[in-house]
Amino acid sequence: MDLGQINPLLLLASLMVAATPILLAAIGEAVVEKSGVLNLGVEGMMITGAVVGFAIGVNTGSPAIGFVAAAAAGAALSMLFGVLVLYLMSNQVATGLGLTLFGLGLSSLIGKPYEGLKAPSMAKWDIPVLGDIPILGPILFRHDPMVYVSLIIVAATWYVLTRTRAGLILRGVGENHDAAHALGYKVVRVRLMAIAFGGACAGLGGAYVSLVRVPQWVEGMTAGAGWIALAIVVFASWRPWRVLLGAYLFGGITVLQLNLQAAGAAIPVEILAMSPYIVTILVLVVISLRGNHGAPGSLGRIFHATH
Amino acid sequence: MRAVKTLLASVAVAAGLSGAAMAEDKTKVGFIFVGPIGDGGWTYEHNQGRLAVEEEFGDKVETIYQESVPEGADAERAITQMALAGADLIFTTSFGYMDATIAVAEKFPDVKFEHATGYKTAPNVSVYSARFYEGRAVQGHIAGKMTKSNIIGYIASFPIPEVIRGINAAYVHAKKVNPDVQFKIVWAYTWFDPAKEADAAKALIEQGADVILQHTDSTAPQAAAQEAGNIITFGQASDMSEYAPMPRVSSIIDNWAPYYIARTKAVMDGTWESTSTWDGIGAGMVGIGEISDAVPADVKAEAEALRDALGSGEYHAFTGPLNKQDGSAWLAEGETADDGTLAGMDFYVEGIEGDIPSS
Repeated sequence: MDLGQINPLLLLASLMVAATPILLAAIGEAVVEKSGVLNLGVEGMMITGAVVGFAIGVNTGSPAIGFVAAAAAGAALSMLFGVLVLYLMSNQVATGLGLTLFGLGLSSLIGKPYEGLKAPSMAKWDIPVLGDIPILGPILFRHDPMVYVSLIIVAATWYVLTRTRAGLILRGVGENHDAAHALGYKVVRVRLMAIAFGGACAGLGGAYVSLVRVPQWVEGMTAGAGWIALAIVVFASWRPWRVLLGAYLFGGITVLQLNLQAAGAAIPVEILAMSPYIVTILVLVVISLRGNHGAPGSLGRIFHATH
Repeated sequence: MRAVKTLLASVAVAAGLSGAAMAEDKTKVGFIFVGPIGDGGWTYEHNQGRLAVEEEFGDKVETIYQESVPEGADAERAITQMALAGADLIFTTSFGYMDATIAVAEKFPDVKFEHATGYKTAPNVSVYSARFYEGRAVQGHIAGKMTKSNIIGYIASFPIPEVIRGINAAYVHAKKVNPDVQFKIVWAYTWFDPAKEADAAKALIEQGADVILQHTDSTAPQAAAQEAGNIITFGQASDMSEYAPMPRVSSIIDNWAPYYIARTKAVMDGTWESTSTWDGIGAGMVGIGEISDAVPADVKAEAEALRDALGSGEYHAFTGPLNKQDGSAWLAEGETADDGTLAGMDFYVEGIEGDIPSS
């Protein structure tokens, strides 16, 4: 074993890239759940974002337009979910799962003509001055723009949820929709907006996989990242900065285990391969043991305005 | 979440299959796929075989398939559904379906089953596989000649004999032309996960590998290699020619169509028997994709000569003297490996570092 072969700078840099798709999807879902809606369709919205982002990116030659289209597609798909659960009051779990299946099927239909094509490359931002800082420069300041966009989204989400009136209303709707309704807040409208935001973020996360991380379109390419994102929201107790921590932890262990294997570490490969999932499960167990999960009070409950 | 996903997959299968119309006069051929048919690799080629069956027999045959069936317990249900849907012949196209195929076959003695890459047979279960390791030998030769860092990265999937054979065959032939060569092996524990395959390729490249061999099914490692630049790769299961001439310099192509057509014909004629088929370059089941211009002409000529020698049978990919990893003798000078040992291969040859994870 020669751990010296692992370059910690490259490792940390690739950690951020590996974690970005789940970070984006998870932060969106955190907002949706904060508003009291459980959307299990993250995987479906991600894969739809991946294919739409890729298709538009290829056709326009611009990854940026691809990302915008992916966000729009994710949001549009989430509106389907929103109408079903908020207006037709369908079961959120079943509808969310249905959305995932629908998204997977839709994406492979849209994606057929795009198999084997290459994505337009996204230039990395080599930020002058900051990028030249020893150690920190290569880790933090030489990424593609989407890595920074994801961090900005996390910071903005934190600010809006905890420091603004809009965030307070959203949390109020999620904690007790009947009380929020009695106070005159538009529960359905707030939730619809949260769902759209969640869909847009999932779409961005999916497009990051197809436009930057892989980068190409392959059917089923998100391969369960949406489910990990859902676990990370619980892991994070619905708090934005903890979502960031959870996503980077998961991404970090995923990348680290591959590097350890390549370096010939004397740890059994099975343990390395399962380590990201084990750590996720362990943290979930610890959080459950502590009792207070911080789950929004109305999470997953159907809202009848007539009550 | 996994359980929920599995449950959903079952609902999807049930819904998909119940929609399939029953036509008694047609021979119904079913396929169970481990990945999506658009994966560009393994499952794509099996699906090409399925399409060839349709092409060959036209109205006399009806094919049905189920994509992305997880290996393990869920596979048994998917195969059972297909048998219940009236399939006369079912191809289960991944190693992990082995026990499930045998279990379902016991319950449906009148249905014929064909399991790819496994080793368990029954009166109504045949096994078939291709000698991919012959192709790996050609790859190893090119890799050993082309590497400048002398580090070859290998993205392995699961520690099963087929994958281990591939690693050994590639290593033996890389080592033969380049004594300094070193293999770095990453076990991805998946057949298909583009993001993970891309990460594995990147990890290997970051640690100095300038050749990436893959035993996973997507083209993601090809894209990662292309982005890194000056890395060479080989198409896996399918030609992956969209990445030629660089990084993809050659490929192993699985050609299942002739076998699928022959077996379907046998069912139609009533001559189907349980068999074990293991064909290689010679029989055309393993193809070597065109070696691109990125490979120097002399190396290309050597690789083609090696391919032809393997195809004609004058040379065996595992020819002694060869030792096992622990230094014990395996094959004496001039001795070739027997199929039994190859089929159950669970050891590295001498010179490969690291341990095989226990499967």
